[in-house]
This record gives sequence, C-alpha cells and structure tokens, in this order.
Amino acid sequence: MFDFLSDYNDPTLLGAFWMTVKLTFFSAIGSMILGTVLAAMRVSPVPLMRGFGTAYVNIVRNIPLTVIIIFTSLGLADIFGVTMGASDFGVRGFRLAILGFVAYTAAFVCEAIRSGINTVPMGQAEAARAIGLTFTQTLRLIILPQALRSVIGPLANVLIALTKNTTVAAAIGVAEAAYLMKTMIENEAETVLIGAVFAFGFVVLTLPTGLFLGWLSKRLAVKR
Amino acid sequence: MSSVLYDAPGPRAKRRNVIVSVIFFVLLALLVWFVWRTMDEKGQLEWALWKPFTESPAWTTYLLPGLADTLTAAALAMVIALPLGAFFGIARLSDHRWVRLPAAWVVEFFRAIPVLLLMLFANEFYNRWTDVSSEQRPLYAVVTGLVLYNASVLAEVVRAGILSLPKGQSEAAMAIGLRKSQTMRTILLPQAVTAMLPAIVSQLVVIVKDTALGGVMIGFTELLNARATLAAFYANVIPSFVVVAVIYIVLNFILTSFASWLEKRLRRSKRGTGAVLSAEDMEELNPAATGGTFGTGAGGSI
Repeated sequence: MFDFLSDYNDPTLLGAFWMTVKLTFFSAIGSMILGTVLAAMRVSPVPLMRGFGTAYVNIVRNIPLTVIIIFTSLGLADIFGVTMGASDFGVRGFRLAILGFVAYTAAFVCEAIRSGINTVPMGQAEAARAIGLTFTQTLRLIILPQALRSVIGPLANVLIALTKNTTVAAAIGVAEAAYLMKTMIENEAETVLIGAVFAFGFVVLTLPTGLFLGWLSKRLAVKR
Repeated sequence: MSSVLYDAPGPRAKRRNVIVSVIFFVLLALLVWFVWRTMDEKGQLEWALWKPFTESPAWTTYLLPGLADTLTAAALAMVIALPLGAFFGIARLSDHRWVRLPAAWVVEFFRAIPVLLLMLFANEFYNRWTDVSSEQRPLYAVVTGLVLYNASVLAEVVRAGILSLPKGQSEAAMAIGLRKSQTMRTILLPQAVTAMLPAIVSQLVVIVKDTALGGVMIGFTELLNARATLAAFYANVIPSFVVVAVIYIVLNFILTSFASWLEKRLRRSKRGTGAVLSAEDMEELNPAATGGTFGTGAGGSI
C-alpha cells in the first residue's frame, strides 16, 4: 500500500521532512536574533529607532509570506544577483528561503517579545533606574531575562507557525515536504493516503514542540 | 511601559540620543542609498518599467481582476469558516465527552497542518472525484484549504470568546431555569460575538495573505499570480513586486486598523461585559485559557 513512498529518491520522504526541519531550525535562530533586536529598538529611547521598528513590523506583517519568498528568488537572486554565496540552485533556494522566513518571522517574534516586556512590572524598571542602570543595562539585566521567560508560550506559537510556513519554500523549488507532496500527489493515485502521510508528518513535527514548550513555559514562568 | 525603561532625558541623555539618532540615520541612509544604487545599476528605476502603473491597462487587465479573485476567495472562506468555526467551538465546550473529544481532534488536527498541504490535497481531490471545471478548481481548492484551517482557528476564537465571559452570566441563566442550549443561544453567544469581532477581523488578514499560496502552487489567478502575468508582459519584475506588496500592505493595514478601532470602541461601550478579544489576546489565551489538547497552532495572525 505504501509502495509509492519508496519510488521517490530526490528527495526521499525522510529527506524532505529533514529539509523542513533544517529550514525551521535556521529560520528560528535567525528570526529570534533579528526579532529581539527589533523589539529592543521598539522600546528604545531613540525616536528614530522606535519609528524604524514600528514601520518594519507593520509593513512586513501585512505582506503575504509567499510574496516575500517569491521575491527572494525572482527579485533578489535573478535581478540583483543576491545568491547568498551559493552556486548550486538547490542550496541557493534553501538560503534565500531562510532569508525570507527570517525577515517575515522576526516581525512576529518582535511583537511577542514586546508583549513580554509589558508583563514585567513597572517597579522593576523603576528600581533599575533608581540604582542608576542605563537603558541598555536595564533591558539586558532586568527586563529581557524576565520577559523572555514569560513569552515562551507565544514564541512557541510563532515557532509552530514557522514550521508550517516553511512549506512556502516549495514555491521556489526547495525540496521540502510540501514540494514532495505536490510531486507525489500529481503522479500517484493514492491521493488520500499521501495526504494522510504528510499530515501525519506535520503533526509529528509540531506536536512535541508544542507540548515541550508549553511545559517549559509553565515551568519557567516568573511566579508573581 | 516603554517610557518606564528610561528617564525623561536630561541634557546628557538628550545629547546621547541625538548622537545615536544621527548614527542610526546615517546607517539607514546608507542602506537606502545602497538599495537605490543597486536598483539603478540593474536598470530597475527606469521610468518605462514604472510607467504601466500610471495607466489603466495594467490595472484593468491584471491587478484589479487579481485583487478581485483574492478578495472573492477571502470573503468566501470567511463566510463559510465562521459558522463552521462557531459550530466546532461550541462543540468543544459541550458537557458530553463524545461531542467534546471528536470536535477537539478535528480542530487540533487541522490547526497542525500547513494550509498549503490542505490546498494541494483539495485541488487533487476535486480533480479526481468531482466534476468541478478546471477553471473553477483552483478557487474551490483555495477556499477549501482556507476554510478547513481558519474554521479550526475560529473555533478556538469562539471558545476563547465564550470562556472570556464572566461566569455569573451562565449561572444567572441557570438560576432562572434556562436550558443549556437556550443559555448558549440567548445569553452567551450574542455577548461572545461582540467580544470576538476584533479577533475575527484580524483573522481576515491571515486569510487574505494565505490566498497568495494558491496563486503560486495551484494556479489560482489571484493578485500574486496576476503580478507574474503582468511582469511577463511589461518585463518589470521589481516594480511589479513593489506595487503588489503595497496593495497587500494597504489592504491589510485597513483591516488591522478597523480591528483595533473596533476593539477600542467595544472596550469603551457600556453595553458589553468588558470582555474583548484582540488578536494578541488570542495568542496569549491559546496555551493557558483555551488549553488545546495538542497545544499546537498559532491562534494569532501569522
């Protein structure tokens, strides 16, 4: 019944899901870094930085991810020659897709972290200022460590959404799960079976992530 | 909160802020200059590439029909997903285990699967087992995918909306002898719908954005797909991307602004119970208050 699964070698089923995992992993790290920087900008005392952070988040959140991903391939790579140092077409698509995911997801990470900053009681920041800490010190030593612990829940949602969003990379030919499903479903007769296999794959990917991070967010929550 | 992180700037802080601002401005200006120069080098700033957008054919032939398809799919998906979502949301709150559990499975299952997979599956499903014409099929597939995913997200919104009402509401209804269905229909739902409106409008943004998937993967003739046809005709890749992105931004910005205006208005009004769900509330409510069995899926707009 599952014979058709072994007919595909480029990529194999496991290979395709491994690609999905890799896309998610690198994009998650990148967007976490960029998102934290953007969040720091959005609460900084410098109006220009606040404006930039706000503009970035509001613009990027309203563009469909598909538009961003297609743009990295047709715009950045084909027109401007930005290939992220890759000569191979597959590697190029992989790196460009990560670039797109980072740019998009960072806006959501930024908003999650900002909502976390709002959960830290005002007194904490006031006390930090009272003992003479600067803005950077207040943020780095007092606010962010507490904020990050309280936003594990929302960040878990962003991570799971990112996992599902990596399927968009299929649009620029990255050989991940959705790409393989599209090929399979067009060539094989077992439509329902194929759908079930890939649906199961994503449940397997997102279920443990959700459970683990949900448990972690309860464990690490700052008790007040 | 943000203003609590730093004091009202004194003379030294003001000077420092000015210095940081200038450095940041210079960096931004360098970035803009770099992008501008690269675009100029690649000939993307030539007026000939941008000119089509000032004339009507580009709009009437490509962009407006594409936008119409995007909006049609989004509207259809919303109209079908809402009652379906309400049904599953209420079913998840049922007192009967045999209603509650299957509803929870369905909701959590469809929230865990990428919309793109649902669209690909629906497209092939209609192709094999129904006689939907091939011109209509992409629209059907896109709407099906969007409905399945968003109905399950909206089910969570409905559930969170009902759970956000004060407990006294249903207790009072019980006290005057209303049945469970009567309580739900006449007391809880009308109030919950008001509380949910902002979250529902924000969900529209997600739907509008997701229609673009159908354009690339199953040939639905929506805005992003229309852009490809347009760029092939006028040979203006970058300008077409810029214009299409701006259309999406404006459209979704209107929706987001409407949602937050609605939220503010509802919070102010005296008629409601004061419980209002915004998109952000949903994200925060998700793990805790709505406690999904799988704990998966993003309820917020991503």
